[in-house]
Amino acid sequence: MNEKEQMNVVIVGHVDHGKSTLIGRLLADTGSLPEGKLDQVKDMCKRNAKPFEYAFLLDALKDEQAQGITIDTARSFFKSEKRDYIIIDAPGHIEFLKNMVTGAARAEAAMLVIDANEGIQENSKRHGYIMSFLGIKNVTVCVNKMDLVDYDEKTFNDIHLEYTKFLKEINLVPQHFIPISAREGDNIVHLSEKMPWYKGLSILEAFDDFKKKAPKSELDLRFPIQDIYKFTEQGDDRRIFAGRIESGSVKVGDEVVFLPSNKRSRVKSIEGFNLPEQTEAFVGQSTGITLETQIYVKPGDIVSIASQRQPHVSSKLKVNLFWMGKQPFIKGRNYKIKLASQKVPVVLSQINSVLDASELSSMSNKPQVDRHDVAECVLETLKPLAFDEISAISETGRFVIVDNYEIAGGGIILAPVFEEASALKEHIHAREHNWLRSEISSSQRAEKQGHKSAFVVLTGSVDSGKIDLARALESQLFSSGQQVYYMGLSSDLMATQIGTGDRTLNRVRHIYQLGEMAHMMTNSGMILLATVSDLDAYELDILKQLNRPNMTIVVNVGEKMFSDERIDLQVQDPKSGPESVQEIVKYLTDSLTPDPEFSI
Amino acid sequence: MSKQTMTKLDEIEAQSIFIFREAYREFKNLAMLWSIGKDSTVLLWLARKAFFGHVPFPLVHIDTSYKIPAMIEYRDKLAKEWKLNMVYGQNKQALKDKQTYPDGAIDRISCCKALKSEALKHTLAGSWPRFRLNHEIGEYEVDTNTEPYTGVIVGVRADEEGSRSKERYFSPRDRNNDWDVGDQPPELWNQFKTDFAPGTHLRIHPLLDWTELNIWEYIERENIPIIDLYFDQGEGTRYRSLGCMPCTLPVESTAKNVPEIVEELRSGKFKNIAERSGRAQDKEDGGGLETLRVDGYM
Repeated sequence: MNEKEQMNVVIVGHVDHGKSTLIGRLLADTGSLPEGKLDQVKDMCKRNAKPFEYAFLLDALKDEQAQGITIDTARSFFKSEKRDYIIIDAPGHIEFLKNMVTGAARAEAAMLVIDANEGIQENSKRHGYIMSFLGIKNVTVCVNKMDLVDYDEKTFNDIHLEYTKFLKEINLVPQHFIPISAREGDNIVHLSEKMPWYKGLSILEAFDDFKKKAPKSELDLRFPIQDIYKFTEQGDDRRIFAGRIESGSVKVGDEVVFLPSNKRSRVKSIEGFNLPEQTEAFVGQSTGITLETQIYVKPGDIVSIASQRQPHVSSKLKVNLFWMGKQPFIKGRNYKIKLASQKVPVVLSQINSVLDASELSSMSNKPQVDRHDVAECVLETLKPLAFDEISAISETGRFVIVDNYEIAGGGIILAPVFEEASALKEHIHAREHNWLRSEISSSQRAEKQGHKSAFVVLTGSVDSGKIDLARALESQLFSSGQQVYYMGLSSDLMATQIGTGDRTLNRVRHIYQLGEMAHMMTNSGMILLATVSDLDAYELDILKQLNRPNMTIVVNVGEKMFSDERIDLQVQDPKSGPESVQEIVKYLTDSLTPDPEFSI
Repeated sequence: MSKQTMTKLDEIEAQSIFIFREAYREFKNLAMLWSIGKDSTVLLWLARKAFFGHVPFPLVHIDTSYKIPAMIEYRDKLAKEWKLNMVYGQNKQALKDKQTYPDGAIDRISCCKALKSEALKHTLAGSWPRFRLNHEIGEYEVDTNTEPYTGVIVGVRADEEGSRSKERYFSPRDRNNDWDVGDQPPELWNQFKTDFAPGTHLRIHPLLDWTELNIWEYIERENIPIIDLYFDQGEGTRYRSLGCMPCTLPVESTAKNVPEIVEELRSGKFKNIAERSGRAQDKEDGGGLETLRVDGYM
């Protein structure tokens, strides 16, 4: 089959500088419009007694025509001899910056439109800045409405000079600078006789001159796990790790590392549907792998190859971000960061500088990041994240921030920040410092009760029967005279009470609350039993840290959630036999016996 | 797929699969609309690609009762063959009261609104009965699950019509199914809006980047079984777009199979003619489809 190359190109620029007219003209003059469409729009103009304009071709929505400006990115298709283009018309009005960003983020190249009559405006600069931010290197600038300035060469040259200087400051080198009149059709498909002084390319030629990004198969593998499937009910026993390869390639037999969970295995097969058997999968493909050994990981982990460079794992990162949220980005509030397929709670830890995009002046003492600001700051996640610097692998070097259900910010990672201080450690330090300690020591309590206190965490997959096990355990320990309490609050129930409506934030808050409660109960001398489904190593660390200095005992029920050294006791799924309870009782009796020197 | 350079079809296929998997991970009550037409049948095929041969969510069909009978036969044949969790909904009241365009009671747009938009809204919300295929007996039964679907996968394409070109991959709808075109969430770097307030839901559009030609090229490449109403049966006409019998006209064409349709779209007589030109409801006012879409039509 003869398939042509495809390219997404965004048209940006200040409001009313003629983006939609340019696209309408391109579609019409290259014969790319469906016949029905042109007639439909012309008919509508006739009925409403309006002169036909090329921009109307795109302004297909009613409320948009009423306002006369593009409010959202609209897509249209056009073909040249060389390629099929998807043209994204991005709105120029500042109110619609998030729509403009949406359009531009899908693009491989950008056509930036400046009105010859009005010259460079605020959004001409802001949009230039965002192109640079989004990493779009293919940029061509067109100076439109040359008919309004009598096709004057000097007007064009002045804008050319001033704007090139600006672009240089933000590391953008435009490929071409083209004087046009979209309304009159000058320099669109062919060079116009009205501007004999211009010797460059027409718009159509400049499109074909955009360079296609080379595929990144030669880079290190980054395969973010979107989801893990096992369709057992449909009689399919494969456990498939599914996702899209963002860079590099992976082969059957490769030793792979999952980060941030830091587990290893070997690729057993590459899976697909309606495909011949494959032994290798490449960048850009949405695929799936199975592994030689069963390891427990969650969606979000990034798979890399053991012999290649690994992503960074850190919970602090230095970033550049732009903010689109209705509320400002502030310190002391929990947000959610989404990076590849990871979702983790995050806080704004430090603002290094805030850049006013229109003036290119920066402020270093601004206390918050406002809507439409661009800022360099330090973020701290509540669990470590796997990522790359934007300069190394862009697909795993950029992220968005979610505030109250909405994507409110987007950013690129400049570097990881490795330092010991963390929000959790500071919190525990402050708590221990301010805690008014009881006169009764923990060993006194242990001696009196005949056992030490402990926080016993039972974990396993959702349906591993942990809850029944915990209840049986509580009864048995209670009847043998122990001070025991099973906290039968499921994570779902607690999450509803916390009530942020966000699963990622709720989960971490639940873990924090549980850790704090455990600390109180174990301080009082109790054995606290709690069940948590699908606990990961980082969540377990948070629980242990919060419960310090008291003892935390980890019982893994059924399938192993993490590596052996983190598990104190491994028991079988209780459904397969009643021995599990006895096993745990015996382990606890042995570990919680008061130390002999105190039992005189 | 075992080659390093991705063609356009490879790229849009990978993106659609990616979107499917995002949706399946994020939405507990997910459903997919299947209109039996070529687009949503390609969508169904892509779902099987995304989930390695399975379709792990219900497929919802809105049966206006005026569909071409062959469509219903084809639906049930594939549903049984591919073991699909098949559900349909219907505006039984309007049909009973004969409040439809074919009954002469209302105009085309109002008829679409009643038999499609209303039926869809209530079927998704679970406020009208849903009929689910019981594979053991091969018949439809009233579905006991009446929970609202919070994520709905739909096969719209950006090139079909003006309003569709403004869609997001993940597009929020409020409690009344309303679409606020002016205030849509940003989408960048394949991060979509997957968080939503209680009572709202999202429409998910994996086919947004596909053109009509891509659809047929993909049907050809993957050998997807497609309903034969799209092919000329020797009378010199075929359907280019499928809808209700009274409002969808066949086009004049002698394309008898998929390669002939691909050729017709690529360089033949339909190269520059809008696909929905055979759909009567689009022409009734300046933005018939858009009015319907804001009201929940797909």
